[in-house]
Amino acid sequence: MTDTPAPRRIPDRLDKPLSSAIFSWEALLVIIAVLIFTVNSFASPYFLDPWSLSDLTFNFTEKGLIALAMALLIISGEIDLSVAAIVALASTMMGMALQAGAGTPVLVAIGVVVGLGCGACNGLLVTRLGLPSIVVTIGTMSLFRGIAFIILGDQAYKGYPESFAFFGQGYVSWVFSFELALFLAAALIYWFLLHRTSFGRRVFAIGNNPVACQFSGVRVDRIKFILFCLTGLMSGIASVLITSRLGSTRPSIAQGYELEAITMVVLGGVSILGGAGSILGVVLAAFIMGLVTFGLGLLNVPGIVMSIFIGLLLIIVIALPIVWRRLREGRFA
Amino acid sequence: MKSFLKYREIWLLAGIVVLIGLISTRFPGFAVPANLRQVFNDTSILMILALGQMVVILTRSIDLSMASNLCFTGMVVAMLNAAHPAIPIPVLIVIALAIGLALGAINGFLVWRLNIPSIVVTLGTLTIYRGATFVVSGGAWVNADQMSSDFINFQRAAFLGLPVLSWIAIIVIALFFLVMTRTQIGRSIHAIGVNPTASVYAGIDVGRTKFIVFCISGMIGGLAGYLWISRYVIASVEVANGYELNIIAACVIGGISIAGGIGSVGGAVLGALFLGIISNALPVINISPFWQMAISGSAIILAVVLNARGERRQGRIILRKAEAA
Repeated sequence: MTDTPAPRRIPDRLDKPLSSAIFSWEALLVIIAVLIFTVNSFASPYFLDPWSLSDLTFNFTEKGLIALAMALLIISGEIDLSVAAIVALASTMMGMALQAGAGTPVLVAIGVVVGLGCGACNGLLVTRLGLPSIVVTIGTMSLFRGIAFIILGDQAYKGYPESFAFFGQGYVSWVFSFELALFLAAALIYWFLLHRTSFGRRVFAIGNNPVACQFSGVRVDRIKFILFCLTGLMSGIASVLITSRLGSTRPSIAQGYELEAITMVVLGGVSILGGAGSILGVVLAAFIMGLVTFGLGLLNVPGIVMSIFIGLLLIIVIALPIVWRRLREGRFA
Repeated sequence: MKSFLKYREIWLLAGIVVLIGLISTRFPGFAVPANLRQVFNDTSILMILALGQMVVILTRSIDLSMASNLCFTGMVVAMLNAAHPAIPIPVLIVIALAIGLALGAINGFLVWRLNIPSIVVTLGTLTIYRGATFVVSGGAWVNADQMSSDFINFQRAAFLGLPVLSWIAIIVIALFFLVMTRTQIGRSIHAIGVNPTASVYAGIDVGRTKFIVFCISGMIGGLAGYLWISRYVIASVEVANGYELNIIAACVIGGISIAGGIGSVGGAVLGALFLGIISNALPVINISPFWQMAISGSAIILAVVLNARGERRQGRIILRKAEAA
C-alpha cells in the first residue's frame, strides 16, 4: 500500500503579520484622516456639528462614485479621462428628456443609460481597435462635452421635477444623505467585486501582465470592456446626483472632475502603472479630500487655494514612502 | 515615392490642404496668404507648447502642468510689468523663461529623483501652480490698462512682413528641429521612448534626460505664459484653464505616440496648425463655435485610429514593463 500524500493546501493569499497591516498604505491614510479631522475640529467651532459633517460628505460622494470604478480601471492598466464629459453629456440628455416632458424615472434611466453607452463607446475604441486609453479618452472627452456644448450652447436646462431633487438633496434618515448611502453601498459592492471575486483577481492580473493573462486564458479585452462600461455607468449615476443637487444643466457641469477622481484613486494607493490598489484606500482618500476641502472652506480659504493642498497632499503622500525607504536604505541622493 | 508617402507628416499635410480646400468652398477668402499668415500667428502659442509637450511625450512621460505653468508665469510677468513698467521686454522674457524652467525643474526632479510617475507628479503640480497663481495675485486680475504698451505691442510689431510672435514660433520650431535631429540629447530623447532598458545599456542617463525634457517643457510653458498674456491682454487665475489637454491633442493629431519614441517636430507643428485652422475657420463658415470641441475630439480619435496602424511593432509590449533601474 502506498501512502497517498496529504492534499496540499495552497493558500489563496499569504498570512499577513500584524506589522504589515500597521505599516500599510490604508493605515497611513487613516492617520492622515484623523489628523485632518482633529485639526479641523480645533480650527473651527462649526466643524463637529452633525449637519456640518453631513454637508461635508456632499464634497466627495459624486466624485467618489466615479473614483470607485476608475480604481478598477486604473488597476487594470487603463485610464478614463472622459468621465466628467460623460457626466455633462448624460446631464444634457436628461435635460432634453425633461423638455420632452419625461418624468423622474425616465430621467434617471436616461442618465444611467447614456453613461453606460459612453463607457461602452470608450471600451470598444480601446479593446476593438487596440488604442491607448489615455489618448482615446482625451478624444472622447472633447467629443462628449462637445456634443453637450452643441446641444446647449450658452443655455441651461432648468425646472427638474420636485421628486427628482431627492437623489442629490434627499436624506435617507436623519443626517445621512441619499448620496452618502449610495456611495457607501457602491463602495461595498466594488470592494466585494475587486477583493472577493475571480473577476477582481483577473483585474489585478491584467494590470500586472496583460500578455501573460492572455496566454492564461483570461479574456483581457472583455474584462477591460466591462471596466470601461462600469466607469461610464458610475459617471451616469454621478450625473443623476449632480443634476439633481444643482437642479440645472449647463454644458460646463462637472468641469475638472476627471482629475479629482484620478487624484482620489492615486491618493488611495492605487498604482497608476496598474496592478495594485484597494477599494478601502480609495474610500479613505475620498473622505480625506472631503475633509480637506470642507475644513478649509469653514476657515474661508478660497477653493483655488484648497487645490494647492490637494496637489501637495497627492505628491507628498506618494513621495513619503519612497523617501522613507531610501532613507532607511541610506541611499538618498 | 513610396518611401516618401510613408511619412505620416505628408498625410497630415495633405489632410490640412484638403481641410483648407473644403473651407475655401464655403468661404473663398480663407486660403489667401494674408489670412493664412493670420492663422499661423494665431496658432503660434499652441505650436510652441506642442513642441514642449512633444519632447516629454517622446520619453514616455507626460506634462499635464504646462497650462498651469503658463498661467503662473504669465501672471508673475504681468504683475512685474504693472509694478515696474521700466523693465525692458527682453528681460521680462528671460524672467519668464527662468520661472518656467524652475517650475519644470520641480516636475523633473520629482520624476527623476523620486521615480514618481510623471502623470501623478504633473497632476499634482497642475493644481499647485494654478493655486499659486491665486496666491501671488490675491485673486486680482491684471488688465490691459495696467500693462505697458511695450508689453502689449512687442509681439505685434511687424518684422519682415510677419509679427514678432510668428518669428518667435519660427525660431522655436527651428531650434527644436536642430536639437531633435542634430544633437546627442535629441537622439537620447527618442531612444528612451523606444526602449528605456536598451538606452541604459547604451550609456544614456534615462533619469537625467527625463529631468532635462521637463526643464524644456517648463521653459516653453514660461515663454508661452508671457506670449499668452500679452496677446490676450488679461492675466487672471482662469487663463488657459484646461488648455493642457489641447496641447496633448495637438501632439496626438501630429502623430506623436503617447507610448513614446515616435514623433517629429513637423508632426507637432502640423497637429497644432490643424487645430488652429479649425478654430479660425468655424466662425467664417458660419458654424457655431460650440462645435469646435466636438470636432477636435473627433479629430483626435480619427488621428489615433490612423496612427495606431504604424505603431504596432512586434515585441514592444513584452519589453514595456522592463523599465530601466
